[in-house]
Amino acid sequence: MTGAVGFACLTIGLLAALYAAGAGAYAGHTGRREVAVSARRAIYCLAGLLAVAMVMLESAYLRSDFSYKLVAQNSSTDTPTFYKLTAMWSSQEGSLLLWAFLLSAYSSLVLLATRRRLRDIAPWATAVLGVVAAFFLSLMVVFGQDPFARLAAPPAQGNGLEPLLRHPAMMIHPPLLYSGYVGFSIPFAFAIGALIRRRTDAEWIRATRRFALIAWTFLGCGILIGALWSYSELGWGGYWAWDPVENAALMPWLLGTALLHSVMVQEKRGMLKVWNASLVVGTFTSALIGTFLVRSGVLESIHAFGASTLGGPFLAFIAVVLVGSVALVISRLDSLRTEARLDSLLSREAFFLLNNLVLVALCLVIFWGTFFPLISEAITGSKESVGPPFFNRATVPLALVLVALAGIGPILTWRRVTASTLRRALTAPLAVAGLALIALVAFTGAGRSGPSLAMFTLIAFVLAVVGQEFARGAAARRLVSHESWPAALAALVARNRRRYGGYLVHAGIAVLLLGVAASSAFHAQKDVRLLPGQSTRIDGYTVTYRQPTAAILDDRAGTGAPLSFGAVVDVRRGRQHWVMRPSRNYYAATDGTGGAIGRFFMGDSTSEVDLRWGLRRDVWSAIQPDLTSLIAPIRVADRRFANAPGRVQALIIAALAERYRTHAPAATFRFIVSPMIAWIWIGGAIVLLGALTALWPAPEARRRRATSLAAARLGRELSRA
Amino acid sequence: MDPARKRRVRLVVALTAAVLLAGALVWASFGEAEGAASPSRVLRDRSGRPYQMTGKVVTGSIRHEGEKVLFRVRDRNGTASVPVLYSGVVPDPFRDGREVIVSGHMSRGVFVGQRDSLVTKCPSKFQSKPSGKTI
Repeated sequence: MTGAVGFACLTIGLLAALYAAGAGAYAGHTGRREVAVSARRAIYCLAGLLAVAMVMLESAYLRSDFSYKLVAQNSSTDTPTFYKLTAMWSSQEGSLLLWAFLLSAYSSLVLLATRRRLRDIAPWATAVLGVVAAFFLSLMVVFGQDPFARLAAPPAQGNGLEPLLRHPAMMIHPPLLYSGYVGFSIPFAFAIGALIRRRTDAEWIRATRRFALIAWTFLGCGILIGALWSYSELGWGGYWAWDPVENAALMPWLLGTALLHSVMVQEKRGMLKVWNASLVVGTFTSALIGTFLVRSGVLESIHAFGASTLGGPFLAFIAVVLVGSVALVISRLDSLRTEARLDSLLSREAFFLLNNLVLVALCLVIFWGTFFPLISEAITGSKESVGPPFFNRATVPLALVLVALAGIGPILTWRRVTASTLRRALTAPLAVAGLALIALVAFTGAGRSGPSLAMFTLIAFVLAVVGQEFARGAAARRLVSHESWPAALAALVARNRRRYGGYLVHAGIAVLLLGVAASSAFHAQKDVRLLPGQSTRIDGYTVTYRQPTAAILDDRAGTGAPLSFGAVVDVRRGRQHWVMRPSRNYYAATDGTGGAIGRFFMGDSTSEVDLRWGLRRDVWSAIQPDLTSLIAPIRVADRRFANAPGRVQALIIAALAERYRTHAPAATFRFIVSPMIAWIWIGGAIVLLGALTALWPAPEARRRRATSLAAARLGRELSRA
Repeated sequence: MDPARKRRVRLVVALTAAVLLAGALVWASFGEAEGAASPSRVLRDRSGRPYQMTGKVVTGSIRHEGEKVLFRVRDRNGTASVPVLYSGVVPDPFRDGREVIVSGHMSRGVFVGQRDSLVTKCPSKFQSKPSGKTI
């Protein structure tokens, strides 16, 4: 019953989206207000329908109703409830439903917020959003990706959620990433509306800027949480591997970063209109490419959903979006003429343009590397690929330029900067950067890596600039208001949220890159095979494999793994001493591997990393137990206890686990000591804080009142002077 | 210099820089690329050049020897297989029958994988095979 209701929701949703597209376009064309209202309400209706569909599917997961293909595929009765709720987006169909739902929810919010503004653009934006939603719904309704598909013969038990996905981040990483991807469709829709109506002033930018920033923040958080997940869960100890799907998420984020800067130039100076329109299109297209990459199987990636039939429709849709948008931009070139010219290369707008060029170059480099297998196959006939060394070599110089620009940008003024202003603004930050460079070379080993040393120096420069901006702003305020320093700072930020939020983001990115540069250039890694009692040394730490562990239905992470084997490891450095417990979870095989007993040892296994966080360095450990010695007894047990009652089989499994614990052979360990990796996550938190500061609405009335109060106070001060 | 001429000069400088950078990018990528190849192609080429080999782990072939792992990788749709010697920790999803990508070169009949180059690709990773017919 719920399945039929769910599919009906999707089908009616598709009709609603198509209606919104048609009615929106009609209203945009004829200017009929009541039709525009109706189109907008169709989008609200779509959001409601998809919310119902989401609830239907989630309830099927919670009930473990295996008559649903999706539930049988990636959930089971013994999957913990938390992971039952997240299993939906581990499947292609479920993730499409999530995408469509988030899109409809966002669209509804933005159309609600702009219902009394942008009356000529909004109907066209509604139409574009309707088309995008209709595309995603058609994948589910027409192209056979129905999340509510039923099985003729429901199995008694499901496959369970893929063990690698059993991590708390599974609850937030995919929804955050999708929110980011989806969010960029809002500025895109309004830009198309503005182009169609030739309303190429900055009004549509003002209306949707906030949504672009929200999308950017979501996507950034999603990427960062993915990195944290990779670092703390996957057994290889890194947070970024230049995997095609990681790159696919980074590309729209970089273009979104460029967009957030360049729209300011259009707002303040009426310049870069063609560029902004192109960037909006590029950002949305790259978000679509990101969604397409995981679904098409065109590139080899660890994230892929597997070969599927969606490549064709996706490519066709991306082509339509690109060709349509480019044609529209070209047809509107006359209305996109710039209102001003660049006065000087030493101006904020010139540096924003430069920052945009570097960001777009970075994106192109990553695009080239990601799609290189396809490019090389087209040119040379053989599929070649480039790895992390290529990406590192190509992106590090660009990243260095970008960090330098992030420092210089805030001190430049619009139009032009005088040499004396520049000198005054640059003296202190340059001095700080110089001192940092000298200190780094004199007191640390940072000089061993040139790019890292350059990065550290530039980071010091950026932080000094941001600190100086805050200090100057607060000092200027205190001159007028005689507040205390903290009060002046708080008031300063509250009054200029976008500006100081932006500076906080710059500081956060600098801190994040500090962690990236330090941990990638100076980390120590050791793969070693140890017997219980043996020790090894890494980066000044002595690590001893004290004893093996074996646990049944008691894994520390609560993923529901039946078996986990691990180790108790002593770590010492001088007077510091602590214990780490890396382990490996084993899940029962569901594909027929192994016998009644053996399948518990031969299914998927996942690393349960143990790591000790620190501001100065992290110590990271993972273990790969060697179960070879158990193979012979498992074979015997499989033969003798194949038909024994479950209770007896459980006892045998416990006995085998105990045998491993008491007669453990050598195990392979990976130990990593990474300096300053925690600063990546701290930097990310600062970026989030900055973005929230910039996003927080300042009520119009309060702003006006505050301005008039300050003016009155200034007047009093001046009359006293 | 009059403004129009100044703008033209700027444009030419910017375009030249862009073309040079793009050229460097193309050159670097082709210089660093490793050929993706199936096990049978790796077996045919006796030059010992580096490859990024893609195939499936032969069932029952995984053997741990000290820090090293020995296994065979076969063609995705075929039987030709190459013995692989890999040192270091293998990724979590690595097991019999899984699709893997490993960089390395042939040396005395064995494909010696570079440390940390092994990537396990699992077509069914996020999506298991349908366990029955759909209605």
